[in-house]
Amino acid sequence: MDLVNLFVKSIFIENMIFAYFLGMCSYLAVSKTVKTAVGLGAAVIFVLLITVPVNYLLDNYLLQSGALSWLGPGFADVDLSFLSFIMFIAVIASMVQLVEMIVEKYAPALYGSLGIFLPLIAVNCAILGGSLFMQQKDFSGIEGAAVYGLGSGIGWFLAILAIAAIREKIAYSNVPAPLKGLGITFIITGLMAIGFMSFMGIKL
Amino acid sequence: MSLETNQKPQTEEEKKKSEMLLFLSSSEEKEHFLSKANRKILKDPLDDNNPITVQVLGICSALAITVQLKPAIVMSLAVVFVMAFSNVIISLLRNSIPSRIRIIVQLVVVASMVILVDQILKAYAFDVSKQLSIFIGLIITNCIIMGRLEAFALGNGVYKSFLDGIGNAAGYGLILIIVAFFRELFGSGKLLGYEVLGHKGVTMAESTGLYALGYEDNGFFLLSPMALIVVGVLIWIQRARNRKLIEEN
Repeated sequence: MDLVNLFVKSIFIENMIFAYFLGMCSYLAVSKTVKTAVGLGAAVIFVLLITVPVNYLLDNYLLQSGALSWLGPGFADVDLSFLSFIMFIAVIASMVQLVEMIVEKYAPALYGSLGIFLPLIAVNCAILGGSLFMQQKDFSGIEGAAVYGLGSGIGWFLAILAIAAIREKIAYSNVPAPLKGLGITFIITGLMAIGFMSFMGIKL
Repeated sequence: MSLETNQKPQTEEEKKKSEMLLFLSSSEEKEHFLSKANRKILKDPLDDNNPITVQVLGICSALAITVQLKPAIVMSLAVVFVMAFSNVIISLLRNSIPSRIRIIVQLVVVASMVILVDQILKAYAFDVSKQLSIFIGLIITNCIIMGRLEAFALGNGVYKSFLDGIGNAAGYGLILIIVAFFRELFGSGKLLGYEVLGHKGVTMAESTGLYALGYEDNGFFLLSPMALIVVGVLIWIQRARNRKLIEEN
């Protein structure tokens, strides 16, 4: 039950875009049409689902203070947590590379639609943000981390899908010239974020 | 300043620029430290080519940490530092990085810079470091840094890359500080923690300044969606002044 709560919470209440603004760069850049937005969103779900649990294992068995105690009693007070940024980003960059190669080999059709977005994802703040929030939240098991990764990915996917659909429609509206494009997208995202704030009252 | 002969031009414009550089270096005339071209590199990102409002880079952190002025200023300084030095390092390495793994190399360089900043903040400004929480770490994936490394430092000399780093980080910091200024002023009636609009007491009689006249803080500005709307309005103002930035669609 806890996992279901965590799942719903990470999609709606702690939405990566509307609550924390993570991954805004690609969110704004790739949301001009629904088709590309779906491609990038799917790739983000995929990568978050893999990297958050992997980084959880890394954090718990390598980086945290005392995490190295499985090597022997001499390592019990080693604290490598200052290395977590560099380790997480290395995991993310190599996972993205790995995922790209696997998808290319076994699912060429999927690669055709995701292909160009995969390298972009290494520098998407939502991915690194997922791992850093996971570190802060201190899950008790790997399944929590996996569910959190999946949920935040789906939340990001929903957000980019919604804004892409709105932007496709707004192309036909009469927006003041200086506000066209980026400006109006910002304001719409702000209004959507206010909408998403209504989920905050829900206690799970 | 040494002018490199082995440039990696990316666009026509940069090609021209590098040819110009070659010409300058062959005529043995040293370019002045703050020549016109260098000043342009430094000044352009402040307005015409602002990383946030024009290049759309590095939005994430710009929005999340602008509730108060102080973390915004600290964040800007951190970005100036990381950006300037990672630009310098990548620019020094630019001829020896194989292009297939350049993203990983860039990430590692940026991540080491960020670790430095993070440790310094934890040691000397612990409360601000707590306030910024994961956003210091997210400088690594701040698209401004990766974007400028890709677009500029990989193809330009060390001093120019340093200026480009400072300029872009300053353009980013400028927007950050403007947004934080309005959000803190309207949201909590303070600037850097000082109560500039007067003190708000429990009753009207205990209040001073504007609050004595019945002014109320707009709590809405403290919520994150307002950051998006403030940036949207800033873009509106900037493009109304500078009409060549207006987008087609």
